[in-house]
Amino acid sequence: MSHHVLSLLVEDKPGLLTRVAGLFARRGFNIISLAVGTTEVPGLSRITVVVDVEGLPLEQVTKQLNKLVNVLKIVELDATQSVQREHMLIKVRVDSTTRSQILEAATLFRARIVDVATDALVIEVTGDTAKVEALLRVLEPYGIKEIAQSGLLAMGRGSKSISERVLKNS
Amino acid sequence: MPTEATPVPGPSAPSRSEPPVLTGSGAILASLEKLGVTDVFGLPGGAIMPFYDELMASTAIRHILVRHEQGAGHAAEGYAVASGRLGVCIATSGPGATNLVTAIADAYMDSVPLLAITGQVFSTSMGTDAFQEVDITGITMPITKHSFLVTKPEDVPGVLAAAVHIATTGRPGPVLVDVTKDAQQKSAPFIWPPKIDLPGYRPVTKAHGKQINAAAQLIAESRRPVLYVGGGVIRAGAHAELLRFAEETGAPVVTTLMARGAFPDSHQQNLGMPGMHGTVPSVLALQESDLLIALGARFDDRVTGKVSEFAPHAKVIHVDIDPAEIGKIRAADVPIVGDAREVLLDLLPAYRVAAKAVKPDFSDWWKRIESLRTQYPLGYTMPDDGLLSPQWIIEKIGELSGPEAVYAAGVGQHQMWAAQFIKYERPGSWLNSGGAGTMGYAVPAAMGAKVAQPDRLVWAIDGDGCFQMTNQELATCTINEIPIKVAVINNSSLGMVRQWQTLFYDGRHSFTDLNTGHDTAMIPDFIKMADAYGALGIRVTKPEEVEPAIRLAMETNDRPVVIDFIVSRDAMVWPMVPQGVGNSQVQYARDHAPEWERE
Repeated sequence: MSHHVLSLLVEDKPGLLTRVAGLFARRGFNIISLAVGTTEVPGLSRITVVVDVEGLPLEQVTKQLNKLVNVLKIVELDATQSVQREHMLIKVRVDSTTRSQILEAATLFRARIVDVATDALVIEVTGDTAKVEALLRVLEPYGIKEIAQSGLLAMGRGSKSISERVLKNS
Repeated sequence: MPTEATPVPGPSAPSRSEPPVLTGSGAILASLEKLGVTDVFGLPGGAIMPFYDELMASTAIRHILVRHEQGAGHAAEGYAVASGRLGVCIATSGPGATNLVTAIADAYMDSVPLLAITGQVFSTSMGTDAFQEVDITGITMPITKHSFLVTKPEDVPGVLAAAVHIATTGRPGPVLVDVTKDAQQKSAPFIWPPKIDLPGYRPVTKAHGKQINAAAQLIAESRRPVLYVGGGVIRAGAHAELLRFAEETGAPVVTTLMARGAFPDSHQQNLGMPGMHGTVPSVLALQESDLLIALGARFDDRVTGKVSEFAPHAKVIHVDIDPAEIGKIRAADVPIVGDAREVLLDLLPAYRVAAKAVKPDFSDWWKRIESLRTQYPLGYTMPDDGLLSPQWIIEKIGELSGPEAVYAAGVGQHQMWAAQFIKYERPGSWLNSGGAGTMGYAVPAAMGAKVAQPDRLVWAIDGDGCFQMTNQELATCTINEIPIKVAVINNSSLGMVRQWQTLFYDGRHSFTDLNTGHDTAMIPDFIKMADAYGALGIRVTKPEEVEPAIRLAMETNDRPVVIDFIVSRDAMVWPMVPQGVGNSQVQYARDHAPEWERE
């Protein structure tokens, strides 16, 4: 499997997400994760998509995406040249004997407890994919009841911004 | 409120610069007129009635009322391909819009500049499963270059201008504009020219100089080049530039199904069509080539056969205006993104420079090609069942009508024969459904072509299967005085499927018998049908009747003509490369594969 992180700057138009998601489905590209949100520029949204392009050049994915009229820019974010974060809520089973171990693990991962019940905790964690997966492995033996996860968010390091050139051109 | 304001014109005395207030439907009409649209094909229904009410009064736009929306779509395609202009079709919401879907998909596959305008239910009813509501922008997303939903009258001019811009520039294609009924009814100031805001749409037409030089160098150094010409050359209007470039280089030319007419068939350098039913010289020239110069071609599976065995020794220069086509199927050694015409204009001087140093020599290559030509000319055998030969009839139509005529084909055997045996000398003379393979394309496309070019002789070369899918447009042709000629190549079956059944399914002819031809019930009787539609019907069963029938059709211009050519059903399309094998396995006729040089 070869995962790539793409950041798409798009016009915030109705049906845009359908166009992007439909293109992936139709052309046989696998979406591993997807995160969508507004940007610092009104009217523009940003889609961060992790795509699995096994047996297929990434180039074909970006070229097809570029043909969508509402897509302004596509950047591939290399792990070493970008900051990449996932955000996850984990509901884990606890009892009086495991509570302190779980709290300790959460502290080690710099995760926060955001809800407490007598038999469960909700833990909020932010980090790169490796960190989030590591915490899940630690918590697994206690019994994970539920997970809610954001798509990967990513941003290039340094002072440049994805929207700079686009805005200058328009 | 500012007090020093310039005098404000009162409502009774509007200033000249103030834009007129129009309803949304009035704005659609005004926008189309401003965009230079002169002919549209459509059929009204509830959700598009406000626009049709406006359209009735228009003198600048001729509306042709079709009998089925699919006919409107293909007519607009035929109009566009024959003339190089934008084609426009109009339908109502729901089933009206879905009836356009096949034609829109067809235009997408063949890069036809098409504007489809559909009515939509009131914006307040959308999403409620209202009467005749379908999400047509959603349905057409995968088959349009772009689509718009308009819910406010003030958006009409900008959206239509943007839609036409997208449809006609870059790689052309269909654009759908869906307008809600309330957007048609409400009013807004009509501002023209509108601001077109498409920050994400910037087609590249001018190629990179470095790539041009690299391509020129490769061509000069090659020994066995082939100009692999696709439909993009026709869309780009690059035929004259191609002719100049081909003659300057002396390289052989193959014209794909979509490119028939992009380079004259009479030209000595034209080897004909490549691919599954291509000529042997064309197919094998590609296989033995050391350099493919692909111009506006997309390495379709019907051209390449098994991709891994296609042109195995060739380097590839791939010129296309759509960057996504380059490297999609076959890696390009020199990728060139640009408009075919502009690229050829730049490539010629670059080639001259490169050729001066290298002195290219293709004489051995031509020797090889000429031997293939002598050994494997395009031809056919006369059927031995006493019935007419379909190839001979099609060839005859081409001979008698000449290169200034327009030929629109359906899909199947007759389409391949029309691509093979009619000689095309100019772009826009050959209309067919290449990528989508839409049966029923011919009659409405011919109708559209005749509207665009009323002075040309326009033939629909159709099959008995295809004809039964869209022949209702004969009514449109008769009523609107669009005298097309339809040649039904009636072999009483779904011929191409039957051919495959004969060759690959042990001759088990499963549900391909249509009972329209020789020795059958002849349901329907195409002559009676022609008569019912007010067209002239002629039945031809004997060789001596062929030429007089064609001539009578050519002379009859007060109504459409349908010639029912009763032909042999055993005729097959040759040469043929069976599906899934390399093109070197091309069969000249059944069980007869040509020898070719293996390296």
